[in-house]
Formats: sequence, C-alpha cells, structure tokens
Amino acid sequence: MSREAILNQVRTALGRGAGQGIAQPPPVRLRVDDMDLETRVGSLLHAVEALAGKTRRAATGEEARAYVRAVMHGRTAVASNAPFLRECGIVDLAGVQSGFTDATALRTLCATADVGITCADYALADTGTLVMLASPAEARLISLLPPVHIAVVPKERVLSGLDELFTILPDPAARTSSMVLITGPSRTADIEQILVRGVHGPGEIHVVVVE
Amino acid sequence: MANSELWIVRGGGTTLLQSLFMAQRVSIFVTCIVDQLFPNVGLAMADVLERLGYQVDFPEDQTCCGQPAFNTGYRREACQVARHFLKVFRDSEYVVVPSGSCTSMIAHHFHDLFPEDPEARRAAEALAQRVWEFSKFVLEVARVDDVGARLEDVVTYHDSCHALREFGIKNGPRRLLANVRGLELREMDAAEECCGFGGTFSVKFPEISGGMAGTKIDSIVRTGAKTVISVDSSCLMQIQGALARAALPVRTMHLAEVLASR
Amino acid sequence: MSVAFDEKVHKTLADANLQLAIYRATGRLIDHRKHAVAATVLPDYQELRTQANAIKKHTIDHLDHYLEQFEANVTAHGGKVIYCEDATEVADFVLGLAKERGAQLIVKSKSMTTEEIDLNERLEHHKLESVETDLGEYILQLAHQRPYHIVAPALHLTRYDVGDLFARTLGVANETVVEKQTLIARAVLRQKFLAADIGISGANFLVADSGAVVLVENEGNARLTTSAPRIHIAVAGIEKLIPRAQDLAVFLKLLGRSATGQALTVYTSFLSGPRRAGEIDGPEEFYVVLLNNGRTRLLADRAKRESLYCIRCGACLNHCPVYRKIGGHSFPWVYSGPIGAIITPQFLGIEHEPSLPFASSLCGACAEVCPVKIDIPKVLLDLRAEAKQAEGRKGANRMERLAFKIWAWVMCHPRIYEMAAMVAASVAPAGNGKWLRSAPAVMNLPPVRAWLSQRDLPPAPAKSFRQLWRKR
Repeated sequence: MSREAILNQVRTALGRGAGQGIAQPPPVRLRVDDMDLETRVGSLLHAVEALAGKTRRAATGEEARAYVRAVMHGRTAVASNAPFLRECGIVDLAGVQSGFTDATALRTLCATADVGITCADYALADTGTLVMLASPAEARLISLLPPVHIAVVPKERVLSGLDELFTILPDPAARTSSMVLITGPSRTADIEQILVRGVHGPGEIHVVVVE
Repeated sequence: MANSELWIVRGGGTTLLQSLFMAQRVSIFVTCIVDQLFPNVGLAMADVLERLGYQVDFPEDQTCCGQPAFNTGYRREACQVARHFLKVFRDSEYVVVPSGSCTSMIAHHFHDLFPEDPEARRAAEALAQRVWEFSKFVLEVARVDDVGARLEDVVTYHDSCHALREFGIKNGPRRLLANVRGLELREMDAAEECCGFGGTFSVKFPEISGGMAGTKIDSIVRTGAKTVISVDSSCLMQIQGALARAALPVRTMHLAEVLASR
Repeated sequence: MSVAFDEKVHKTLADANLQLAIYRATGRLIDHRKHAVAATVLPDYQELRTQANAIKKHTIDHLDHYLEQFEANVTAHGGKVIYCEDATEVADFVLGLAKERGAQLIVKSKSMTTEEIDLNERLEHHKLESVETDLGEYILQLAHQRPYHIVAPALHLTRYDVGDLFARTLGVANETVVEKQTLIARAVLRQKFLAADIGISGANFLVADSGAVVLVENEGNARLTTSAPRIHIAVAGIEKLIPRAQDLAVFLKLLGRSATGQALTVYTSFLSGPRRAGEIDGPEEFYVVLLNNGRTRLLADRAKRESLYCIRCGACLNHCPVYRKIGGHSFPWVYSGPIGAIITPQFLGIEHEPSLPFASSLCGACAEVCPVKIDIPKVLLDLRAEAKQAEGRKGANRMERLAFKIWAWVMCHPRIYEMAAMVAASVAPAGNGKWLRSAPAVMNLPPVRAWLSQRDLPPAPAKSFRQLWRKR
C-alpha cells in the first residue's frame, strides 16, 4: 500500500523526520456568548422561523404532544426511542410507531412514514440548529427520510451556539459515530438559483421547545 | 504668504507652520504613464502639493517603478529598474505618487526583488516607509481634507484595485471629493470591480479585459455621471479608452486634476 | 498564450445569455456573503480568518503528524484509512472492495476530489453504477458535463436545459417547473439511496483528534449517502486535515458564510467510523481514502504551500472579475477560478495551460475574501516568474524576453529613456486631443493592435510631463 510512500513524501516535503514532535498548535478559540436561557430559547425559535421552519413553545409535555398530533393531522409517523418523547406521551399518539432497534425495519418505515419525530441532544440558539447524536435513543434516518421532521426538545438543552457546543462536547467522536447539525429544512438552488425545499431531507421542520 | 494659503490650511496647523518658516520638500514620482501620456496629472499633483505648502522636487532621473516587468514575470528586469529607482529617490524624505499600483509595487514588492542583496533590501524597506500614494499623503501627512478646489460637475468614483486593497484607500478620496465645491458624487454599483487593465493583462487577454471594461462603463452610465474619477491613470486610460470606443460623452479625471481645479 | 484557452474564453464572452447567468449567479453569492460577514452580523470575521489561516498553516506544516493521528483515531473507532497515491489506486480500492462485497450500486455525494480523479468514469468502465446525488451534480452526470462552479455546479444551465435533459435521459415528460424537476430527481435518487451498497462522499474537513469526516451540505444527499448504504467510503485530499474537533468552531463559521452567505449549511455531519454498538442505523463499514495525487509536490514548495489551505468555499470564484466573464468551463481542470488558476499549474505543470497564471488583472478581490487568507495574487506572481524562467531556459518567447531586456535597459538610463520617449511621441498621433481608433503602421505592434481591438488609444500629448516641468 502507499501509506509509507506517501507519509515519506510528506515528511521529505516538510523536512521532518518520522516521529518528530510538533510545535504547539494555535490555541483553541472558543468564545461562549453569555446568554440566559430565556434569551437562548427566544433566539432559537426566531432563527428557526427565519429559515422557514415552524416552532412552538410548549409549557408542558401535553402541549407538545397536542402540537405533534396537530402537525400529523391523521398521517403516519415514526418516532425515535428518546425517553423524552415517551415522557411527553408522544409515542402513544395514534399513527406513531417507535421502539425500533432493527435497522432494516426502521428504514422501511422511515421510507414510507409521513412524519419523523425525534428529540435532540442540543439546540443552538444563534443559528437555529438542532444537534443530533446517533445513539440507541436516536437513529439517523428518522430525521432524514420522512418529508416532515418534528423535534421536541427540553429547554435546558438549548445552547448559545457552536462555541458552547464544542466547549461542552469537545470530543463528539467519543460518544457517537454520527453527530449531525440540522439548520432548517433541506434545500437546493442548483437550477437557475431558484430555491426549492425538501430535496432529499425533510422540506418541513418543526421545533418544539418544552419547559 | 497669500490669504488663500491661510484659508486652505484649515485643520492642518503643522503645514501652516511649515509654510511660514521652512517649506517641507517632497519628491514626486509621476510614473511613466503620466510622464508620457497624461502629463496634466503630474502638473496638477504638483500644484496641489505646492498649495499645501510643500516644495516639490522632481528628480529628473526617474523613469519607471518596474511593475510591467514584475507583473509579467521578468523579475531580473524588474530588479534592475528597482535598483535605479532606489538610487534616484535615495535622498527623498517623501515620495508622492499619483498611482496606487505603482505605490504598491514600490512599497510592497521592491524588497522581495533583492533576496541576495541585504543592503538593497534594507534600502527598499526604508523607502517603503517614505513612499505615499497621493490622496493618502494629502490626508495623512498634510492632514488636509479640503484643498479649496472647485469643479461644477456630476461625477462618479472608481476604486482602483491596488489603492483599495493594498492601502485601504476608499473613504479618503471620497472625503476629499466631498469638499470640492460644486461637485456632486454619485456612487456606481460596481465601484470596487476591477476595470480590467491589469498591466500587460490588458493586451494579453484583450477580450477579457474589454469585457471587464464593458461592465465598468455600463455601471458608470447607470449613474448619469459626466466624469469618472480615480487615483490611478492606468485605470483611467482603460476606462476612457472603453468610453471613447463606445462613443459615450463621459470623461475621466485623475483625483489630482479635480483637486487642482479652481 | 494558448489557443484552446482563447477559444473557450471567446465562446463564453460571445454568449450573452451565459454572461448574464454567470454574472447574476455570482452576484447573488457575493451579496449573500457580504451580508453574512458584515461587521454587525459577524464582528470577529477578520479575526476568524486570521485564526483559520494559522490553524491551516500549522496543520499543513506538520501534516505527517496529523495524518498519523487521524489514522489512529479512525482505526480506534472501527474504521480504516487507505492511502492512495493517485486516481488508479483509488479506483482499484473501490473496485476491489465492491467485488469482495458483491456491490453493484454506488451513490455519491458531491466531491471535487472525486472529480479530480474521474472516479465515476473509472467505475463505470468496470460496470459499476455510480450515481451522483447532489441535484446539480446529478444533472451534470446525466449531461456528461463538468461542474461550472465549486458550489453551484450547474449554474450555466437553464430550467429548459434541465427539462430537455430529464426527458431525454429519464424518459419523463418535459417538465420546466423547477420545483417539479426537483421532485423528479428526488424520486429517482431516493430509490438509489435505499438500494445502494456503497456510499462515496468527499470530506470538507478531516478531524485528526477524532478520526472524523465532516460534510457540509444543504440537500441531505450527503447524509443519505453516508447513512443508508452498508459501506461508506470518504475520499479526501491529504490537505483536508484540521487538528481538533473544536477547530470546527472557527471553520464552520467561515465556510457557509463565504460560500453562500449561510451561517451554517442545512446539514453538517461529523462522522467517525461505522455505527457503534447500540446505534440503530448507519454504515457497517467506514473507509477514509487519503489521496495524494501530487499534493506532496505542492507541500514541498514552501513559497506556494499555502495553496493547500483552501477549504473550497468558492468565494474567490464569485468575486473574480475574470471568472465572472469567462466562467468555469474556460478553465482546463476541475478546479476553476482563482484557486484553480494557482493549483492547476502546480498539479499538472504550467505547460498544461500556460495562459492560466497570466489570465488575471491581479485585482486582489480573491485574497480579500478568502476565508483562510491565501495570498492568491502573490502565488500568481510566483507562477509567472517561474513560467518566464522556464521559457528562458527553453528559448521560447524570445521576442517578448528581448523586448523586456531592452525596456529594462532603457528604464535604467534616463537620458536614453527621454530620447526613446521623444521618438515614440513623434510617431504617435496627436489626434487633436481625441482618442484614437487606429494607429499608424509604424506603431502597429501586437500589443497596440490588441489594445485597439477593444478600446481607443490615448492621443500623444504635445509635451511630456518632464518637458513641461522644465518650462514651469
């Protein structure tokens, strides 16, 4: 294989020896905005709406559940295994299937369900972003295949932005094989620069923040 | 000392003193293009500097800054010309230049031309501190933003690339123009877009250069201005050439010529 | 200068509709970026650029260390790193793996690196179906065309072009409503995602301390490509490394804003290895192909090494007045615009397209907007000097070389300069102060003719500045 050849070429090009140490990298630059929780939540919802997402602030899990039911409007949904969704009673809604641990079964359902319902590990206030880590509680495809995505998030998970995310989670790889930042509905402007939503990912997203 | 000189020098107390006691000498490097094709620009610049109380010196041995050779890849030839330049302006305390691109060549590229000659390199670095694009000199050394000029006209301003990006020259000329009596300045939307001159680029890639000039003059025409102003004669040559070819009744003027107008 | 280049340029300049499409598309991206990095919106924009440049410089200057750290972490998370010297080795790896696994269908997300090595063509040659899933790239694949722009690959095509294309290649009705065209592609590609055996992606960043691949996109096709199939292969140039996950707080703030004016693109994926125990879905196998393809040569050139800092945002293309006239297809390689102009000669040799480093007015707009502060004009000037040295050694372009030698000699001898100037002034027309449409025969040298092909010449003044100064 070309491993040795390439590494040798790199070292020669740089005038470095194998195993040679390195100078200090530039210090990590993280500036966490001092935003109180209320401001963060308000900013998050505002940012999501600016991206044509829909939002709801729910005082209780029941309110969140009612909102999800209204969005579903009699259609089918697949929900993740996040404990929070169970606490809100969302997995008990008519038309919602959840509790999947088998990839094939889950994929088949995601490919046909109208709505995907997830929690989120974090949300970023300044950009209106959902942060989703793949885990036994959250599968990747639920927030990706169905044309509608609803995220129901407890408010404490709302962070100020990327800098805070990487401060509290400096090593995402230690926790998961996949961390995805979701900022608004799927979109493209590839044809004549005309904006179209819902190309491959969901064209409609809802963010519900629960007290 | 005439009353007009007192009046001009508001906000420039230092210059007032200088005109009273000892006129500061400045050398001018007019650039080869001004010397041969647009001499009025050099004369106008000298006029303005004198009115600001400076004694203007024109070292006769000056020729070119070497940029045409440097930009075309002929470093050795550029180095030869740069050496000559260093010699000519060795004793000048200030070198004032009516061109952002030539000033950039001198201040930013000369020192790279002498990798094996530390003495020449030092001379180039020292010179870089003393060379000034004209509008910057007026504003930052003479510390004057109103030279008492008058010109009844509707104008627009083209941001010459080197002046803009290498020296941050953007608000300066606009401030100077704002104080020209009778002048109305209208901004064009493509003010910061390159006019397409780029030295030998203009003749190596004439179609592209011409296309860029076309975009520029379209933008100019949309303002309704009668005159285009900039701080670089090479830009003005490109723009005027394109305007003339399109038979458009718009003229070009160098900032120095505007400031010399009364 | 080369005939091929001149012809492509001429064709593009002569196409009024194309000129408008390019100018408008790039104009929009310019505006979007401007608003996204405005001082009121991103006050530390300049500081972020400085930091990004410093991080890239450090990483590239110690690339072997970070490659090894990256590899160790990919392996620790259950993935595998494959080093490939060139296009053939990448194709061989993919084909070998596909054969072993009985794979027949590949889905691909957008990757300039895979375009660089013509991966699709090589795979198709061996009967593997490899489908581009980014809408713009999918369109180009059907049309057998190269991308026009890093971020907006199909910018040169109209909805009517797309309608015709889909009707011809997909057997659907000719649909010209853009939303409907998108739905057609979505339906076709969804089937591919769900049936594919292998997903091939590029990488916007490779994170050394995590063994992670970072992908940014707006459509969701990269997520699908890397989550639905059993196998994920990421193909990336060795220069894509950054040291730490935390450095993404700098780079992600710059990439989206510089490219399209978005604070963050719709999806940012941080992928490290195949699915972990307990995770429900995701690939079972994860490979990162680290490609050289000449990058170590650029690495060795200290003066131009910064060319490798590029994060492929496309801002330099959008702001380049030359690109905005000649478009992406005038460039000879997959990388166009200012970044293309500096890396093409370095990868393929200046002889590949001798015009490239010279086809710039050195306006500096590119350097002003580059998020990692690559001094593109400086690299262009270095390439020009190298080109002229090479010509000197080969004895090419003698006339020009001689002309500049004479010119330099004249410029070093002021009295000669004055005499030469007087001679020139005596043959140059005074034109009654009017600018000139043509020049007398004695003056009609190639540069003068070239000038006159586009614009009028200034008339010769009666006296030069120095003559007037003496009289003053």
